[in-house]
Amino acid sequence: MQVRAMSKEHEPGMSLIVKTVTRLTIGLIFLYGIYIVLHGHLTPGGGFAGGVIVALSFINLTLAFGGSASSKVFSLDAAHMVEALGAIMFLAIALLGLQWGGFFDNFLRSDGEPGMLVSAGIIPLANIAICMKVGAGIFAIFLTLIVIQKFEGEGRNR
Amino acid sequence: MVELYVLLGLMIVGAVIATEVKDLLSAVIAVGVVGLALSIVFLLLMAPDVAITQIVVEIAAVILLIRATLNTDISARSCTGRPFGAVMGLAFLGLGVLAALVTFPQGLSPFGNPLMTVSAFYPVNSMAGTGATNVVSAVILDYRGYDTLGEATVLFTAVVGVLTVMRATGRKESQDAGESHE
Repeated sequence: MQVRAMSKEHEPGMSLIVKTVTRLTIGLIFLYGIYIVLHGHLTPGGGFAGGVIVALSFINLTLAFGGSASSKVFSLDAAHMVEALGAIMFLAIALLGLQWGGFFDNFLRSDGEPGMLVSAGIIPLANIAICMKVGAGIFAIFLTLIVIQKFEGEGRNR
Repeated sequence: MVELYVLLGLMIVGAVIATEVKDLLSAVIAVGVVGLALSIVFLLLMAPDVAITQIVVEIAAVILLIRATLNTDISARSCTGRPFGAVMGLAFLGLGVLAALVTFPQGLSPFGNPLMTVSAFYPVNSMAGTGATNVVSAVILDYRGYDTLGEATVLFTAVVGVLTVMRATGRKESQDAGESHE
């Protein structure tokens, strides 16, 4: 009993209540972000809002469990890579339109009927690319501003 | 429309509290109240896309602000009274009200009227043109793709700038540290 209490105290992050609530809700927040992104062409929302919600679920994880726990799931290097990948994907979708008519030409427009999940041509793909870009970018800014600064401050205090 | 004016009043009160209160954490919470009320205002004006983006970005920005302010040593700021600034602010407010009265003598037209030619085109043609049932998505990702690309570039530049300025150890600094340890 005492050993367990000791081990809980030495874990980084916030209290046990916050950790338990985070464990219960974080999957729902993440899934809600994915839903907002994938249904961006059907219902209100889109890549930007959904990407920020996905980033908020990772920010929630970082705040509750500490920087070392979240870096196992999604590290700063991975955030860099996903952000750059999203930007390149969005630009590639735009450039592919040149083949069919012009920059940002909706070349997949004829596929799928309106109102279904697979419809609206390049718009869902562009939503996914913007989600990767915005989500990873905001999470990278958060990690850089908060976690790394905090570790630096602790190093200085020592 | 009564609830709209209640929310606008709440936003004004929140903004005044945010600028006047001494404690930085209270100021951040007051800013959060302003953002929440603004997102409900967007919802009442039937703009759910903007409302979702507003509340989500507000939460992210407020969390970032809270964490960033709590990590600094400054927990309270000195608030000195500046009568000159208040007088100038009131003067500009009066000028704005005067200009509005001169420009719109019979009052503003109702919200959303008159409909512009461009905005009348999108609700009619976007469904057949792009296949997207969400007109806002069709506009920002198809008709106005350039704007979204520019916005994405702005965010990308901001992220790169933050990562460059705030990185944990500079290249030169780490080299110096390595030399001093040797």
